[in-house]
Amino acid sequence: MYNFEFEKPSTIADAVAALATEDAQALGGGQTLIPTLKQRLAAPSKLVSMGGIAEMQGVCVDDDGSVSVGGATPHVAVARDAAGSYPALAALAGQIGDPAVRNRGTIGGSVANNDPAACYPAGVLGSGATVVTNARQIAADDFFQGMFTTALDEGEIITSIRFPVPQAASYQKFLQPASRFALVGVYLARFTDGVRVAVTGASEDGVFRWSEAEQALNKEFRPDALMDLRINPANMIADLHGSKEYRAHLVSVMTKRAVEACM
Amino acid sequence: MKISMTVNGKAVSGEVEGRTLLSGFLREQLSLTGTHVGCDTAQCGACVVHVNGQAVKSCNMLAVEADGADVGTIEGQANADGSLNVIQQAFQDHHGLQCGFCTPGMVMSAAALLKDNPRPSEAEIRKYLEGNLCRCTGYHNIVKAIMAASGQDVGSIAAE
Repeated sequence: MYNFEFEKPSTIADAVAALATEDAQALGGGQTLIPTLKQRLAAPSKLVSMGGIAEMQGVCVDDDGSVSVGGATPHVAVARDAAGSYPALAALAGQIGDPAVRNRGTIGGSVANNDPAACYPAGVLGSGATVVTNARQIAADDFFQGMFTTALDEGEIITSIRFPVPQAASYQKFLQPASRFALVGVYLARFTDGVRVAVTGASEDGVFRWSEAEQALNKEFRPDALMDLRINPANMIADLHGSKEYRAHLVSVMTKRAVEACM
Repeated sequence: MKISMTVNGKAVSGEVEGRTLLSGFLREQLSLTGTHVGCDTAQCGACVVHVNGQAVKSCNMLAVEADGADVGTIEGQANADGSLNVIQQAFQDHHGLQCGFCTPGMVMSAAALLKDNPRPSEAEIRKYLEGNLCRCTGYHNIVKAIMAASGQDVGSIAAE
């Protein structure tokens, strides 16, 4: 790992100022970033820790009923503190990595990284959440822009993520047991005005909405509504854990399971 | 950068670089080599320590991030008189180790689990140990040791 400067500000304003240095990078829990640095795949001049910013910690329920999660909130806290207000999101957080990883890894870090097999991007996109930064609010549909790519500008910090709470939701993760990422994960959320289906782990373009499944489920909300639908395997990820066709098949299976879980 | 923290109840400080890992600080500057570095990629869990009471993989945390923290390592687990604590003794009694490389991380993870969940089920123990790899035992005796350490009957767990 190349060396870097380190700062740990206690306010968002100080963090934004610290990130103005050329090649500075924000550090969440470091559960992806530190391994990346060890492999010398990144060489920031400075890391700015989000861990000392109290206003970016915790889960709260807003006046309109939506659930806001601070950008530096670790997975363990979401699994515990959102269990009452948004159980499907809490369940997703409780399936990330392993206990020690969940004690350090943060929602902001995961979402900003946008790993194509990470769990949180599916939860954020499936919920139609709003990513709140130090500068603006970004709808999930505009935020994720392909594998490891997001709408964030240089030095922009995810301060919180606001989730509208659906009538029912479920995250179905087909675990890749060595990495503990999703081989395929499907987050399904059913709102009064429609169903959203977000898929992670499957596509070379990163997390995506399966709109054909959403349309079918809006007509008829039962697993059989998906019977004739197939995902085109052409854009699916292929690696030693699964072929394109296997992943495409898993998307259907996991979506059906999510529907069953919401009935 | 100068950092200070409490390790196993003792105040310590040292000079580190930004890139110094907590595992490196513990092992190389404090000579607490009980914390093992197995994979160095946050998969194996041999490096698990407690930071402010929570289990973390010390090879995946910067030492500066532990500045001011209360850190616990395997060296702080024994009883005050030097005898093995309940979890360590149970690992010995139930043959929860063979080569012993993963054992510091296993004991630290077990301690973190039992602090939050004093009487875990077998399934809860296996789930909690997902981030701790053992290549010798096949896990049964580790699970058995943790069941025993929590004061539960171990008769239902697969044979030794």
